[in-house]
Amino acid sequence: MPSRAQHHTIVALVEDKPGVLNRIASKWRQRGFNIESLAVGHSEIPGLSRMTFTVDGATHDVDQVTKQLYKVIEVVKITDITGEEIVARELALIRVATSVNNRTAVLEIAQVFRASVIDVAHDSLVLEVTGTEDKVEALYELLLPYGVKELVRTGRIAMTRGGAAQEPDDGSQRRYRSAGEGKAQVGSLL
Amino acid sequence: MKLTGAQIIMECLAREGVDTFFGYPGGANLPMYDTLVQYPQIRHVLVRHEQAAAHAADAYARVTGKAGVAWATSGPGATNLVTGIANAWMDSVPLVCITGSVVSWLIGRDGFQEADITGITIPITKHNALVLNVEDIAPTLREAFYIATTGRPGPVLVDIPRDIQQQTCEFDYPETVELRGYQPTTKGDPHEIKRAAALIAAAERPIVLAGHGVVISHAWDELVELAEKAQIPVITTVLGLGGFPGTHELFMGMPGMHGMYWNNQAISEADLIIALGMRFDDRVTGRLNDFAPKAKIVHVDIDPAEIGKNLPAAVPIVGDVKQVLIDLNREVAPVRHDAWRAWLSEEKASHPSIAIPDTEKVLPQYVIKSLYDASGADAYYVTGVGQHQMWAAQYFWVDKPNGFITSGGLGTMGFEIPAAIGAQFADPQATVWAICGDGGFQMTSQELATIAECELPIKLAIINNGYLGMVRQWQELFYKDNLSGVRMLQPDFVKLAEAYGLRGIRVSEKADVKSSIDAALAHPGPVLIEFQVEQHENTYPMVPPGASLQETVDSPYKADGVVVAPIASEVRP
Repeated sequence: MPSRAQHHTIVALVEDKPGVLNRIASKWRQRGFNIESLAVGHSEIPGLSRMTFTVDGATHDVDQVTKQLYKVIEVVKITDITGEEIVARELALIRVATSVNNRTAVLEIAQVFRASVIDVAHDSLVLEVTGTEDKVEALYELLLPYGVKELVRTGRIAMTRGGAAQEPDDGSQRRYRSAGEGKAQVGSLL
Repeated sequence: MKLTGAQIIMECLAREGVDTFFGYPGGANLPMYDTLVQYPQIRHVLVRHEQAAAHAADAYARVTGKAGVAWATSGPGATNLVTGIANAWMDSVPLVCITGSVVSWLIGRDGFQEADITGITIPITKHNALVLNVEDIAPTLREAFYIATTGRPGPVLVDIPRDIQQQTCEFDYPETVELRGYQPTTKGDPHEIKRAAALIAAAERPIVLAGHGVVISHAWDELVELAEKAQIPVITTVLGLGGFPGTHELFMGMPGMHGMYWNNQAISEADLIIALGMRFDDRVTGRLNDFAPKAKIVHVDIDPAEIGKNLPAAVPIVGDVKQVLIDLNREVAPVRHDAWRAWLSEEKASHPSIAIPDTEKVLPQYVIKSLYDASGADAYYVTGVGQHQMWAAQYFWVDKPNGFITSGGLGTMGFEIPAAIGAQFADPQATVWAICGDGGFQMTSQELATIAECELPIKLAIINNGYLGMVRQWQELFYKDNLSGVRMLQPDFVKLAEAYGLRGIRVSEKADVKSSIDAALAHPGPVLIEFQVEQHENTYPMVPPGASLQETVDSPYKADGVVVAPIASEVRP
């Protein structure tokens, strides 16, 4: 089933136990995937964490790994939300070299991007920006000429839009449901 | 009353119905061995290498249907289990491995005999856990047995530091297991089952491809019912052998790389494939793009990840094969496929595939067929990996449910001796044949000591051709006859057997084959027969690597024993 490589956003609800991240990363590694970004944190359900991955790959291959991931005992639910209406954000901290001469120019750029200044020193300042990867990327590009001394990005976190958009019923996502058959139903959280 | 961690381990084994397990002691599981003597009702089998503990537990699990249990110490003990765990993982065998770990305060400090065994075994276990509190031992082991034996079975490893084995707490064995992320589906979707029944009713050229799932779920009666009701020929994969009666008129033998010629043609002509508990392994399918070009596929498997993994299924059914077949048989109406079966019979008659020529040479096929003729349905047949394994699979037309035990997925040479030990403990009254290659035999021959010590009446047949035969076959066919690293100078196998206290018999004449087998069966104790077979015999039929099933090269023999083709040139690309 050849299909072209595509950016996939995958959200996993997992039990908050040691080794889970290792098991999940191992499944991607085994099939030769590079995890582009990964964000992990507590979910709204006690004992469960939510992970957001982005990976590049053909849909069939990503689908295969997703099914394999269901076999990890601690994985409660996993969904490829790529084809769905989603909101996705990441946060970045950028340390930019500044001088008396160009500080105002940097601040103006920051304002355009609604980035906030969270630390100031004589020769640098730290900006905090939230948005899509494109937005973060654009800000970073604009700041490069001033000298970016440090960059840290959280990776994408994502949710589907609306109250009930989590399970489209056009059949396209059926494979995920059948793969997760028998997995506990945790409300309509994904 | 408070118990130590080690006592809790034993209590858990007792509650899980473990009566026999396999292990090897060392520094990090000393408390477990210290406690062992308090539980005389549970038999510990001391193997001679941890790999053998895992393989023995594997075969024990296959025969009994219960989880097999293996113990090892930390570090090298644990890593020696790895091959056995990977073997069980590939063949979906329920195994619970309990390893002692270095004391908890040394974990991560490269303590003596420390290995990160939970990290190492992540890709080859269904689940694993490092226990860091004595209170967690019972629930973790309860979960381990539950996970290992339910859904698609598989190995689970539990690593317990030595100090945790010595700490004490109140013992409370959980009645139930609650795992949020693990609730396997066993009952098939009724809608899909109806669709499958409709395809069966409409099919003109159906076949069943039965895999290990049929054996694991003990679905043999249900499979016979389906096959007879709808008159569907049954082909079994190497691990599916024993899932359908070998003497049944609908049984067709094995497909694939060394499968029956007629089966590979039947798969290519079929309009419906009912795949039961099998996963379209590359050794079954040949070149995937040309597999079963005319067929729709009904794919039944308990593991949702198997469906659509290699081939798209027209009807996907996630469920336990036995359960699904019970439901499916209710929906299937009696139907005949006389023309299809006549075509298949004609194929079978015109391509003998496993005909054995009448020669004075000691052919390995003849030896293996003679084993089956002599022991039949009274025995378990445990094989290693290579040419002898394929011959053993080809000639297994035996009515013995679950009677064929082999390393299918991982292809582990050396599986045969420890697995025969496990099978014999699982069914002490049965005859157990270990069919060994001369190469694989030497990978685990130290277990002859275990056989002797435990007085197991195992019969070992070494098919000795003086080569790593399957590798040589590939070198002959695909590497221009450049034989490299395959000729083996063998020890005196008879003396070796006698050194361990087994009876040893050497056979180099065809006339002695049957009488030596009879003598081995008549002997109450363990016997090793070394069959010095024709060295240059190769395994056919064969689908060359990368070729499709349609390109199967049949056996060079006709039923009358005449050699019909210079095979090498046909197989070479």
